[in-house]
Amino acid sequence: MLWIALHFPVLSLELFSRGAAAPAPLAVFEKQGNRSLIVACNASAADCSVQVGMALSAAQALADGLIVRARDAAAESESLSGIAAWAGRFTPSVSIQPPHGLLLEVASCLRLHRGLARLLHQVRAGLDEMGYSFTMACAPTAHGAWLLALSGARTVSGREVAIRELAELEKILDQLPVGLLAQPPDVLSGLEMVGAHTVGDCLRLPRAGMARRFGQALLDELDRARGALPEAREFFVPPAEFARSLELPATVHEAGALQFAACRLLPELEGYLSLRQAGVQECDLVCSHEAVRAGAVAPTVVKLGFAKPTRDLARMQLLLRETLARTHLSAPVYAIALHARRILPLDGANGDIFQEGGEAEDGSLLLERLRIRLGKEAVFGITPHADHRPERAWRRCEAGAAGSPLRDLPRPLWLLARPVPCREGRLVLKSGPERIESGWWDGRDAVRDYYVAQDGQGARLWVYCDRINGEWFIHGLFA
Amino acid sequence: MGASLEALLQHPGIWRGDRLAQTEADTLPSGFPELDEQLPGGGWPRGALTEILLAREGIGELRLLLPALARASQGIGWLAWVAPPHLPYAPALGAAGVRLEHLLVAQPKSAGDAWWTAEQALRSGACSAVLAWLQSPDERRMRRLQLGAETGRAFSVLFRSAAAAGERSPAALRLQLEPTPQGLAVHILKRRGGRLERPVPIDLSRPAAAQPATARLTWPAQLSLVSQKAIEAA
Repeated sequence: MLWIALHFPVLSLELFSRGAAAPAPLAVFEKQGNRSLIVACNASAADCSVQVGMALSAAQALADGLIVRARDAAAESESLSGIAAWAGRFTPSVSIQPPHGLLLEVASCLRLHRGLARLLHQVRAGLDEMGYSFTMACAPTAHGAWLLALSGARTVSGREVAIRELAELEKILDQLPVGLLAQPPDVLSGLEMVGAHTVGDCLRLPRAGMARRFGQALLDELDRARGALPEAREFFVPPAEFARSLELPATVHEAGALQFAACRLLPELEGYLSLRQAGVQECDLVCSHEAVRAGAVAPTVVKLGFAKPTRDLARMQLLLRETLARTHLSAPVYAIALHARRILPLDGANGDIFQEGGEAEDGSLLLERLRIRLGKEAVFGITPHADHRPERAWRRCEAGAAGSPLRDLPRPLWLLARPVPCREGRLVLKSGPERIESGWWDGRDAVRDYYVAQDGQGARLWVYCDRINGEWFIHGLFA
Repeated sequence: MGASLEALLQHPGIWRGDRLAQTEADTLPSGFPELDEQLPGGGWPRGALTEILLAREGIGELRLLLPALARASQGIGWLAWVAPPHLPYAPALGAAGVRLEHLLVAQPKSAGDAWWTAEQALRSGACSAVLAWLQSPDERRMRRLQLGAETGRAFSVLFRSAAAAGERSPAALRLQLEPTPQGLAVHILKRRGGRLERPVPIDLSRPAAAQPATARLTWPAQLSLVSQKAIEAA
């Protein structure tokens, strides 16, 4: 077993700040008794001397224009499941370590990601893209990795600690302070009082005495961290539907500016889809307006439609950008939410030695781009339809879904949208007639004799004589 | 010495004024041998813009392209029709051997959107052929279209009115069509390798030309090298 532990120390803050590129002074407070205390603040708030543990009113007095938000524990755990869903792209074994941690079991998928170093790099890059700060560690036991991530320990070269051997892990664990252990405060202070400041100190104490004095739970935790006791972890199960929201730190007036915030959510969707082995065909970006709080304006829903199910992040970003560029916001937006509407099963993509698959992918990408700009009804395919009446012998269809032709009859390449009365010029009939008599049952009766004709300027026309009133019409061009 | 000079002159980058351009033969046979003979590389160019000028619709401009379109549709890309003046009629195209599932018709509402669509289709590399009917061309738009064609390597045709014959154009191949009793007279106004004074007569009534080509399998470069060696060894 090999575990990657991720700890998100300022999740409560980033919940609100990651929707914007430039950080404004921001602090999160929590009500404790009848006092409101700051529990987290960002760097630009800290520059104004705002500190964690300070009273809310004091912080507001110190920093001009400080944005304050109440801590939202439910949203934090929702964010954590969002990250867990995103981590599903790396391994199916993702476990949540409440309230601010995540554990990934990766021993079984190292080969897929071509080695641990590459995998760690991908995790780092992905979390940066989503705008979360984190500490990371890798160790053979889940709890060991978690303690290392909590400690924020780094190697001499500034990288995260990545240990593959149990013996090596024990050595490093010995140096960690006892304060990191998940024990009640009285146990931790008791350990400090007997002079056990590090995990190593605890282990040097007699086990029987420790169990009597501090409880079996402490010994079990130490054993789990060192791999002496197996640990059963519950793995994350993705929810049936994907819906994630993000509150913007400041209201946004232009649709294009939503791109940054929305791109924070897309990696979560991608990870969620790969965990479900699915692709999305439709998703909605719901933009909530300021006035909605008062119930005045309905939220703007930006629809993203894909030609076929996809979980390709680059494609989702591209379509989102083009769609947002053509979206007009009726009112300022303060929060966005991403809902995946149609989730369909999608197999993993196999590499293709002939590289044909890649080009076919581009094909549907072109289709999506054209549809966004021209509208869905302006881009289509055409398919033959079983009907004798020429104007009904074809149908519009989804591009790429056409059937095969039914009969081989002389037919023109251009069909006029509606037959044009044939008034002027001399036509020479070249061949015909082909009698078509059909449709008496649906009121669009066609009783016609079709001819191929040539006009004075050399064009070949498809003309017919309506046998009911004897009038002549042009219906197509043999272009 | 003479031999090495000959070898040097065979280089595709060198064009002698008295010959048709030796393109790297990325062409699509037109299905009309008499036309292929006059086109550089022996067919319609891929990756360069072809302009077709005609005085009147319906004289056979699509029938001229049909064998090439049928062949192009056997591949995997789209056959894109950008802003066609009428409806491409599915039964006729299907009967001519065009694979309809590769057909993509775009009907943009404005001329600007039509230019954009044509450029996107050309540039994407996802189309094996792009046919476009565009209004109000100018130098910049034409230039962008030609660049798009070079990027996407599609068989790219722009239909224009015969009135544009005197205008400058960045297209690599410009043809003007004129109806004749048998079919068409094709005037080659511009090609790589100089203008052709006399028109090329094309007989459109001959049904053999409309035969669809069988699907051709293309190999990646390395593979074809291996298979060639294997054949030599055998």
